[in-house]
Amino acid sequence: MTLPNDPLPLIRERALWMRRRAFRMVYEAQLGHPGGDFSAIDILATLYVGVLRHDPANPADPARDRFIMSKGHATGALYTALAAAGFYPEDWLDTYMQPRSLLNGHPNRNYLPGVETNTGPLGHGLPVATGIAIAGQIDRAPFRTFVLTGDGELQEGSNWEAAMTAGHRGLASLTLIVDRNRLQQGAGTEETNGLDPLDDKFRAFGWHVEQVDGHDHAALLRTLGAPVGARTKPLCVIADTVKGKGVSFMEHKAAWHHGVPNADQFDQAMKELA
Amino acid sequence: MTMAHPAPTPAGLFDCREAWARTLEDLAEADPRIVAVVNDSVGSSKLGGFQKRFPERLVNVGIAEQTMVAVGAGLANGGKVPFVSAAGCFLTARALEQIKADVAYSNVNVKLVGQSSGVAYGELGPTHHSIEDLAWLRPLTNLAVLVPSDPWETAEALRWAAGHDGPVYIRVSRMPVPELGVPQRRFAMGKAEVVRPGSDLAIIACGTAVHLAVAAAERLAAEGVAARVINMATVSPLDLDAVMGAASTGAIVTVEEANIHGGLGSAVAEVTARRRPVPIEMVGFPGFLPTGSVEWLFQTFGLSPEGIATAARRALLRKAAP
Repeated sequence: MTLPNDPLPLIRERALWMRRRAFRMVYEAQLGHPGGDFSAIDILATLYVGVLRHDPANPADPARDRFIMSKGHATGALYTALAAAGFYPEDWLDTYMQPRSLLNGHPNRNYLPGVETNTGPLGHGLPVATGIAIAGQIDRAPFRTFVLTGDGELQEGSNWEAAMTAGHRGLASLTLIVDRNRLQQGAGTEETNGLDPLDDKFRAFGWHVEQVDGHDHAALLRTLGAPVGARTKPLCVIADTVKGKGVSFMEHKAAWHHGVPNADQFDQAMKELA
Repeated sequence: MTMAHPAPTPAGLFDCREAWARTLEDLAEADPRIVAVVNDSVGSSKLGGFQKRFPERLVNVGIAEQTMVAVGAGLANGGKVPFVSAAGCFLTARALEQIKADVAYSNVNVKLVGQSSGVAYGELGPTHHSIEDLAWLRPLTNLAVLVPSDPWETAEALRWAAGHDGPVYIRVSRMPVPELGVPQRRFAMGKAEVVRPGSDLAIIACGTAVHLAVAAAERLAAEGVAARVINMATVSPLDLDAVMGAASTGAIVTVEEANIHGGLGSAVAEVTARRRPVPIEMVGFPGFLPTGSVEWLFQTFGLSPEGIATAARRALLRKAAP
């Protein structure tokens, strides 16, 4: 597939559509994780519109760029991104969480094209992405592997095993994006089990680190879309985000981790997301 | 897929890891997609030869089992056929959620090889015993669980796994065993092998225990008892026909180098309890084990010809007077 010359207008449009559609899914199912959906949606819109080289008609293409949604609970973000990219029809989203729906509360690659690995338990995406990047390294293949983790998720030790391995092997084709909204399910990350200084941690593990505004499409596109070039280390992009971004009463609120809207809140959100 | 194979020459005892290492090198020679993934376990997995021949295809992640299994899943995504090889105790316990989510539930083409399975580490104790693996892995959908009994079967199981597009767990024993010496053998995943005919009762065994079951059947034969010995090398999916055939004898003994809670015996009981209840005696380990050598542990917990024969006599008494 070819990427658009100026993807920014389409990224903006896509992100807005994803927020509205994801919130409707959560409202109708009365289930989901909308706070984390909204902190990640600008990152996913940027990746799927402007960065990833993939062909939705051939989701198993060995040469494809890979994306792994390690924070698998943010299905509102992932499922809308895949539908909009053309991996499956949009009306599949209507079945979200229904009995026997292909759209489970966490993604299943055996049901949904475009899903690389089944996530849900935290700390699984980066280690699997590391293995994909090693396959590419062995074959000297040019594809890239992107993985998005939450920030609280980095409390899982498996991430740091993989971070060591990726740094040790110089997996330059691997990009980790951290959705740094500073809130986990119950409280702030720093009061729960602090991550700062996160950039220094990754540098110490042998990574190249960039920090961006995770809702600034141009900055995300610049950082994520930059070719690997002469870089010899894996890339960690710490994306500063806002949980619940885009809806006034949801922003910065841990309660919206898996909070679901009532009718009034849904109407209010749709007015704000216009 | 089944492969005809000449009967082995029964000569001496073999460490099944030798068969594993030799077979993997042969498979890797023929299929460039095959890679090995280890946790600093090149030596204990006997992969020195593989490393020498295919240095780029040996991925050593260090002492990091979660990443080892996940990297296997990632390598499969990247088109490789990974054999993830580590001591069974650490592979299955430390990385169980990766086995569940990244491998079995994701249903990817990863081969998990549990080395030095069972109580092979003897005196090193329960942390190093891998006797819970069957209970942990048997319920995982998509994952074939194989417990080969000798070098020939180890090699055949590996060949089958390499050709099968899907997740597999194979136990490899380091306890010296003879070749089973069954003529005209064929390995078929999911199909049990009747090693010895008999209709008074059936002894269902896997792995190292199959040899002991045969010896037990010989003792029982001297007492006029014809015991069928079934080699259940595939613990999941279980060969239901073989289990029902065993149940038709009216009494079953199961034998495994594993914890009896959730292992082969439990698998057999799940089937017979629902379809044809018969007395079952389970020979295996009851839980965390005291300090002792492999031989001492086997003897003490009835994994011996006499221990199994004793269990068979109990089963026959229950059959006669239910």
